[in-house]
Amino acid sequence: MKPHGLGRTPHHVLVGGLAALFLFPLAWSAWASVSGQPGTAQQSGYGLGNYRSLLHYDAGLAQYLWNSTLVSLLTVALTLLVSLMGGYAFARFTFPGKNALFLLTLAILMVPYATLLIPLYVLLGDLGLQNSLFGLSLVLTVYQLPFATFMMRISFESVPHELEESALVDGCGTAKALLRILLPAVWPGLVTVGLFAFLAAWNDFIAPLILISDSAKAPLPLAIANLRQRSMGAIDYGTTEAGVVVLALPCLVLFLLLQRHYIRGFMSGALKG
Amino acid sequence: MLLARSRGSGSPAPGGEPPSRSPSGTGKGRPVHRGPWWRTRPAQGIGYAAPTGVFVVVFFVVPLVLVGRISLSDWPLLAGNRGLNAPDNFTEAAGDDLLWPAVRFTLTYTALVTVLLLGLALLLALLVQETRPGTGLFRTVFFLPSALGLASASLLFLGMYSPNVGPISPLLERLGLVDGPVSFLGTPTAALWSTVALIVWKYAGFYMLILLVGLQRIPQDVYEAARMDGAGRWQTFRSITLPLLRPSLALTLLLSVTGSLLAFDQFFILTKGGPDNSTMTVVSLIYREAFQRLDLGAAAALSVVVLAVLLILNVAQFRGLRGTDT
Repeated sequence: MKPHGLGRTPHHVLVGGLAALFLFPLAWSAWASVSGQPGTAQQSGYGLGNYRSLLHYDAGLAQYLWNSTLVSLLTVALTLLVSLMGGYAFARFTFPGKNALFLLTLAILMVPYATLLIPLYVLLGDLGLQNSLFGLSLVLTVYQLPFATFMMRISFESVPHELEESALVDGCGTAKALLRILLPAVWPGLVTVGLFAFLAAWNDFIAPLILISDSAKAPLPLAIANLRQRSMGAIDYGTTEAGVVVLALPCLVLFLLLQRHYIRGFMSGALKG
Repeated sequence: MLLARSRGSGSPAPGGEPPSRSPSGTGKGRPVHRGPWWRTRPAQGIGYAAPTGVFVVVFFVVPLVLVGRISLSDWPLLAGNRGLNAPDNFTEAAGDDLLWPAVRFTLTYTALVTVLLLGLALLLALLVQETRPGTGLFRTVFFLPSALGLASASLLFLGMYSPNVGPISPLLERLGLVDGPVSFLGTPTAALWSTVALIVWKYAGFYMLILLVGLQRIPQDVYEAARMDGAGRWQTFRSITLPLLRPSLALTLLLSVTGSLLAFDQFFILTKGGPDNSTMTVVSLIYREAFQRLDLGAAAALSVVVLAVLLILNVAQFRGLRGTDT
């Protein structure tokens, strides 16, 4: 069945051409990061000069990678923990205020992040968490909660009650039922939530820009954007593109490995929500 | 490759009967039925929901109240007098020379991005909706830029647009389309279109996926019936595909409009608001008030206005979205 199919050849040419256009920037940045250009760390020929320059720039690539990894892993861990417990509560228990809290959690989606960063900046200062990667992870976690809680709630709801009921009747506590019996059943949901939290935390730019003032604590995207300030506006494009490759690689690899979970998040999060 | 065949539903309910929700229950001979276990332990439910509650209250409700409070106060970024000064922040913000140009620019940008993005995403979705050999690969290729962060993509394009190493200008010169190096970010018009091109590249695959899911929900027999009635391709598209795709199109519209109205990263990285403040968006203005002019009160006042506008827009569009989703 071809509702609007073009002829075979024009179709191939059009799709192939578009695909080349979509791939071109990715391929170019990989090439530009290793090829020689005047005004970059790799002056001529091919080599890893730009990566060496990135390795030693300012606080050093290792430090920035560590900052990004720490923030991303903390965000993932917090998001998984909170949404696992929250999803369990919303799917399996009845308690006063349940619907209000669930709707309030979803309402976070309605309030743009950029407009809340000013009070969050003040609030983190009051809590003694200014300029802290932990504080940054807390903020990033909050913005993952609507999707994560929704996702975990429907994951728990799709598990039949019978699965843990007999264990509970036998006197096993709810915590034990959650960890031993339900956790394996909601595992795919957790992978999806973790993937989305990781990509969001790894790539976020505006939250660290506002909340982190010490350049040695900058996560990678902020550190690479700062490259231009270091040299009074003259940008080392070679080192920048090497940074883009370092930033993009984990995202592309994770996406290609976990496509199934990404699509799953899409179908349930974007469309049912 | 999974993109080759998307599944019908994100969470198929596994077999098994729906749990009985009636308080009388099924009884099963037991004289007193206390109801299902999950209804009898509210304290535990509260316990499991507590972390969510703490996060939502401390990092969402409190900041929401705080932004209102700051917007009504004289609140310098660094320590200083924090007395109420309402409504000075709002009147000052309204009198800012850059506000109306920023609003106009943000709206122009939003309109451009939304039209081009939705157009291209629909084209891509139609092109890869049929499962042919290689379709899965093409879907993945179109989606790949979405896996990148916005800041990474902006930094990537910063290099592509650069006069030093950028590949586009030499390519255009070789094709004889331009005479000298092109300044992609040097004039207001060029900077706007260059940023739009980046965003369309980055997000087209993402919106394609939403539309693809919508296309696959259209029952095949509707197309069969149309073909029986002798409808042509264009007619089928106009009277079947487009109307039935409306919920998905409305969702992409909502995402694109709200996303573009809040544009910041791409302009901060590519143009820094320039040349000549011509690419200053509303969120850039909030950032500028807070961290360059060190006036959190003015920034909060702008935030409150943006928040109110987006809330109204979201509720209105959400209603529309639900209305068409039957």
